[in-house]
Amino acid sequence: MTRMTMIEAIRSAMDVAMETDPNVVVFGEDVGYFGGVFRCTHGLQKKFGSQRCFDAPISESGIIGAAIGMAVYGLRPCVEIQFADYVYPGYDQLASEAARIRYRSAGDFTVPMTVRMPTGGGIFGGQTHSQSPEALFAHVCGLKTVIPSNPYDAKGLLIASIEDDDPVMFLEPKRLYNGPFDGHHDQPVTPWKKHELGEVPDGHYTVPLGKAAIRREGNDVTVLAYGTMVHVALAAAEETGVDAEVIDLRTILPLDLEAIEASVRKTGRCVIVVEATKTCGFSAELMAVVMEGCFHHLEAPVIRVTGWDTPYPHAHEWDYFPGPRRVGAALKKVMEHG
Amino acid sequence: MSKTKGEHGPLSLFVPEPECRPGDHPDFSEMLIPKAGEARKPPVDVDPMEIHDLAYSVIRVLNKKHEAVGPWANELSDEDLLEGLRHMMTLRAFDARMFMAQRQGKTSFYMQALGEEAVACAFRKAMRKGDMNFPTYRQQGLLIAGGYSIHKMMNQIYSNELDPVKGRQLPVMYSSKEDGYFTISGNLATQFIQAVGWAMASAIKGDTKIAAGWIGEGSTAENDFHSALVFASTYKPPVVLNVVNNQWAISTFQGIARGNAATFASRGLGFGIPSLRVDGNDYLAVYAVAQWAIDRARRNLGPTLIEFVTYRAGAHSTSDDPTGYRPKDESSTWPLGDPIERLKQHLILRGQWSEERHTQAKAEIESEILQAQKKAEEHGTLHNGPHVPSGTMFEDVYKEPPIHLIRQRQEAGL
Ligand SMILES: Cc1ncc(C[n+]2csc(CCOP(=O)(O)OP(=O)(O)O)c2C)c(N)n1
Repeated sequence: MTRMTMIEAIRSAMDVAMETDPNVVVFGEDVGYFGGVFRCTHGLQKKFGSQRCFDAPISESGIIGAAIGMAVYGLRPCVEIQFADYVYPGYDQLASEAARIRYRSAGDFTVPMTVRMPTGGGIFGGQTHSQSPEALFAHVCGLKTVIPSNPYDAKGLLIASIEDDDPVMFLEPKRLYNGPFDGHHDQPVTPWKKHELGEVPDGHYTVPLGKAAIRREGNDVTVLAYGTMVHVALAAAEETGVDAEVIDLRTILPLDLEAIEASVRKTGRCVIVVEATKTCGFSAELMAVVMEGCFHHLEAPVIRVTGWDTPYPHAHEWDYFPGPRRVGAALKKVMEHG
Repeated sequence: MSKTKGEHGPLSLFVPEPECRPGDHPDFSEMLIPKAGEARKPPVDVDPMEIHDLAYSVIRVLNKKHEAVGPWANELSDEDLLEGLRHMMTLRAFDARMFMAQRQGKTSFYMQALGEEAVACAFRKAMRKGDMNFPTYRQQGLLIAGGYSIHKMMNQIYSNELDPVKGRQLPVMYSSKEDGYFTISGNLATQFIQAVGWAMASAIKGDTKIAAGWIGEGSTAENDFHSALVFASTYKPPVVLNVVNNQWAISTFQGIARGNAATFASRGLGFGIPSLRVDGNDYLAVYAVAQWAIDRARRNLGPTLIEFVTYRAGAHSTSDDPTGYRPKDESSTWPLGDPIERLKQHLILRGQWSEERHTQAKAEIESEILQAQKKAEEHGTLHNGPHVPSGTMFEDVYKEPPIHLIRQRQEAGL
């Protein structure tokens, strides 16, 4: 066991995966010699050589398209898109190709590929370094979408993603890279070193895709969250004193329907907290899942707390980001019913 | 800002137009057609800077008298050439039969390779087992020349109970890993960069296999073409990048994707990729150029770009009527002739073939195809079934179905 930041945990996952399986290769923009703009691949080229970890041209469609070809050959590429905001040039290769190849060939060809990308806001990245595009992946059948909230999960989920035989989108909340940010931007960040989920085994382990985790048990309201919002929800529960059950979804596709249904049926209330924009976002899917599966158990209307439906505004970051104040207000409001 | 008005007149946009439209007399007089045998044959390790001319010329082997001439004339044996002729004849007869099957309502859609048979058939001959093609919908010749069963192809076209892709894909979107034929995408161009990635993997693993990417000239305008060239020039993987220039992209003439004087082959030059232009209706030339490029790839010398100059003699697909955008008789005036006729005449000249044998072979092939068709139809056609059971549509989205798909399948009662 070592205390690690999320960056170190992600690096350790790739290190372990590359050691375990010679077919794992890692590439992306600035990923090779330098080790990535967030340092997630630092040292991998030195350790595994430039045939297995290398720099790619600035061409997201090229990176993903080439990775698909490699995966079809039999490798397990794990590629980095420098920011989730820059995945769109490669989106056609994801939606039309990676997601469809197993299906359209009836299992003749498969794409065991992982696409990593830093996601979300909270770092004054403006509208081109802050987006949360996960719904665009979750909507595409054939892709899996993973969003960890802490170093322990990040490593176990990334190894599981690389070892998965289907294409996995692995979104890393960049505001969590160095500590469990709970939305209190005016307070110093607790480092992962001081957090129990910063405790990471050195070797190989996996966290299964499609399984949610209960981060806080509670009886009065279920909070559905993932990524940075897990920590915001936990802070809001503490600060309001509402006995909330906070569920960290970890993978949004496959979605752990059973965990969601069991909790909402127990508490009878639900608040959904998602950093991404609201309309047609993944919060809408979660709302629908709760309505379909738990309607007769609900004692209050389900509330969503999300990013506003605007581009991510640079100077207005903290009025945009769904922080503990907004989440706390939602928790109180949902408790007013019944 | 100068206040002088009208100094240069108003600007106007240049929109390229083909030489001829319906009603015009077809005219290919502007087309550069060098004499057969004229193009030089460089060594495979040539510096790409030294062969710029080959990206603007046309490598040709068969001359007007049907002789094989020049440095690209190769050592294909009589047997090889006879086999090549048979492949092309099979492909043409197969296409005709399946085109008709669509017209008879037995399937929804079909695409022919009429007039371009030499490209895929001769290229396939230069490949080895284990190599991988990333084809478009018009390279069914790769399967036929590779010995894939035409019965299986028909099962796919009919989406019947034996369809290898279980009724999930439009007709002609075959897939066979075993036969080096990557699953066809309906999205143009995406496979081009995937071919480069596959070849990179082969190099990373120290393998000996090579990949071939395929794209139509119209689709070279897509970004995947450019990312493929970037990655191929950067990492020099063992890949042959094939552009099939059949002059037309549905109703759009090649000038819309290409610009004026440039050729599609010349696109490779800016990337430092050796780029050749070849007579796509000349079986011997296609084979020789394919050999050269594959040899380069196998020797770890990197990628080659090839433009095959050919002509789409048929409609784009069964949903298309070319008389709406090009002269009716354009096909018959195409200056590079017909690939089957040219190889046939060459074999006759070699004393290996005759008109009688040709007629007889044609009849034999047609009857084989008819037999295969009967057999396929016993297992169903699109509208009359039987198909693979519908419940299978929930399979292969993922390796294991997630809970939401299990629930949806239960809901569907399949
Ligand atoms: C991304 C994409 N855009 C448009 C289409 C529709 N479409 C299908 S075939 C075609 C023409 C392609 O022409 P070309 O690449 O020259 O190949 P050819 O059909 O001549 O073999 C078009 C526009 C498509 N299938 N995919």
